[in-house]
Amino acid sequence: MIDNFLLLFDYPVLSADLALNGLLIGAVFVLAAFGMALVWGVLNIINIVQGEFVMLGGFVALMAAEAGLPVLLGIPIAALALFILGWGLYRLVIFRVIDRDLFVSVLATFGLSIVLQQLSNELFGADVRTLEAGLGTLLLFDGAVALAQIKVLAFFLALGLGLLLWLFLKYSRLGQAIRATAQNPRAASILGIDTDRVYAATYALNAALCGAAGALVVMAWAIHPYIGLPYTVRSFLIVIVAGVGNIGAVVAAGLGLGAFENVAGFIFGTEYQIALVFLLMVAVLVWRNLRLQRKRMYLK
Amino acid sequence: MAARSKRAEDPEREKSGQGGGTRMTKRKWTGKAGRRAALAAALIWAAFQPGAAFAESIRLGSAISLTGKYSTNGDFTQKGYDLAAKLINERGGVEVAGKAYTLEIVYYDDESTPARGAQLAERLIAQDGVKYILGPYSSGLTKAMAPVTEKYGVPMVEANGASVSLFTEGYQYLFAVLSTTEQYLQPVVDLAAKVAGDPSNVRVAGAFENDPFSQDVQNGVLADIKRHGMKMVIEDKLPPELNDMSATLAKVRALRPDVLLVSGHARGAALAVRQLSDMRIELPMVGLTHCDSAQIIEKFGEKAEGFLCAAQWAPALKYSDPLFGSAADFAKLYEETYGAPPPYQAAESAAAVMVFADAFKRAGTLDPKAVRDALAETDMMTFYGPIRFDESGKNIAKPMVLYQVQDGEYKVVYPPEPAEAELRYPMNAR
Repeated sequence: MIDNFLLLFDYPVLSADLALNGLLIGAVFVLAAFGMALVWGVLNIINIVQGEFVMLGGFVALMAAEAGLPVLLGIPIAALALFILGWGLYRLVIFRVIDRDLFVSVLATFGLSIVLQQLSNELFGADVRTLEAGLGTLLLFDGAVALAQIKVLAFFLALGLGLLLWLFLKYSRLGQAIRATAQNPRAASILGIDTDRVYAATYALNAALCGAAGALVVMAWAIHPYIGLPYTVRSFLIVIVAGVGNIGAVVAAGLGLGAFENVAGFIFGTEYQIALVFLLMVAVLVWRNLRLQRKRMYLK
Repeated sequence: MAARSKRAEDPEREKSGQGGGTRMTKRKWTGKAGRRAALAAALIWAAFQPGAAFAESIRLGSAISLTGKYSTNGDFTQKGYDLAAKLINERGGVEVAGKAYTLEIVYYDDESTPARGAQLAERLIAQDGVKYILGPYSSGLTKAMAPVTEKYGVPMVEANGASVSLFTEGYQYLFAVLSTTEQYLQPVVDLAAKVAGDPSNVRVAGAFENDPFSQDVQNGVLADIKRHGMKMVIEDKLPPELNDMSATLAKVRALRPDVLLVSGHARGAALAVRQLSDMRIELPMVGLTHCDSAQIIEKFGEKAEGFLCAAQWAPALKYSDPLFGSAADFAKLYEETYGAPPPYQAAESAAAVMVFADAFKRAGTLDPKAVRDALAETDMMTFYGPIRFDESGKNIAKPMVLYQVQDGEYKVVYPPEPAEAELRYPMNAR
């Protein structure tokens, strides 16, 4: 551990490499976390299926590429396919658990995640799959920092979608309806908003964001049917830290988490990388609780 | 038939028996009981039927992963078993004490979960009366099933559980045809020592997944590195849920080791190939496990060039036996039957069936204890390689194989005897 730390001083550019790579990794977390924040904020559901949407997005992109379509087109295709799937799942399962206890919805989405895992195992096989986007590598500082261009693309896509999402929620009719429903579903429906439709659209939008993230995951890393859980956990962590109603904070928390993971994994050893993510989550919760106590509020 | 006719009568009697309440209910009851009895008889008849029909066959049982995360490799395992059994049966079966028996394999799906595997082993033995077990896929499932077969004194020959820990429990009925895990990447270290001239200058980096398989691989490698006096500069553990190696590879980038070893199943292999190339890290030698299941050549093409891959078996090996012929013949037959070239998982599974057949023949009886003793004395050559078990039941006669990706093809570079090609060192040298 100490030698890893010293290594950072021997090769100062290594820190830049780690932090930059980490930021780019974080971009994918950000995409999945956008969706989770939306669903949590509007439907008041903690969506455990998040990671499975990411995984399915990857498989859709893979299938699109295997059908001969340009690889990068897989990103919008995955988003579209997952949008449809999300809508369907809402009509099938999610609408039944919206007004129920949080425990019920967690259990329901957990069940869904197992079903989707097993189904994709059945459909696509258990193999680890990857897809080559053929984008090459970006070299910075005389080749001391190497960034895979697909990750750079993921980064800007996450930022761009974040901006679009913000504009959408702020100015579009549906976006306003979503915000109204999030604030007070009863009042919103009295004012003529079809809340059921809003919920369905929100849930489908979430799935679409995860689908795009998944397409990026299969191009930058690898996927298999059981890859979902870490993505669910990370989006959960990001939303806890950033809160449900703040897109900018989600971006910052997601990118920060990516950089933290990568640097911490380097210093403490990769085997502790995920453990450190959880440790960070506990630390953040404790810290937030203390701060809220001072204002005589409590953590919901 | 009897039950049906009685039932048809019932309404008639009910009509005629107005007022006779007790009689009517009694009638009804016998009707139901009769139906039940007939059903039970049919079930019992059905249950005994196969037993009677297969009096001339030896039943082997296997719980393998047809669904769940090992389903791909479970499928290869089953194909290997089936191909060997089919060929043995076509050649007249197994001769035991002057009488020919065919082989029949009873399969169950263990869903890739150890608890289910143990349950099914129990079921195969206690309920289905199977007296010989063919192993499941993976060390974890083998570990779950071995205590059961041991308890019942049923011999298990397995082909897909390589963990060293399987052979330290003192199991008497467990036999494995494959090389154990700690040998997987040892050939890479050997080769590195050979090309380096002075091994004490060689700096090795390793990333091993935090699971029993990869930890065994690591232990084997560490012992060898020590023996050669090499230096271990990076020793990272990859958690099973990790999907990114960039933290480890950043270290590799800074320290530039002479050899990088990665063991993390198919995901580890895929990520290593992809991220080494993404991060533009060029090393003289990189050794991986599970290259073929990660399909590194098919997926990454040019990027996979020069990687060293550990394997249990290769079609290019020069082993042969009277049943399948040479390793290449097996590969040809497999491809003709299943339409794809055989992965080593299928080859070793086929070898496991051959080991059983050989033991039946030598034992001259179908008593499990006698078969177990015959298994312990196995000393045979197969297309898969020589098979001879030590005290603990592992095959000590067969070495691991090392491929190198050369011009888009796997070429055997180790062991030296059947090597198809010279090792390219450094790996990107043409």
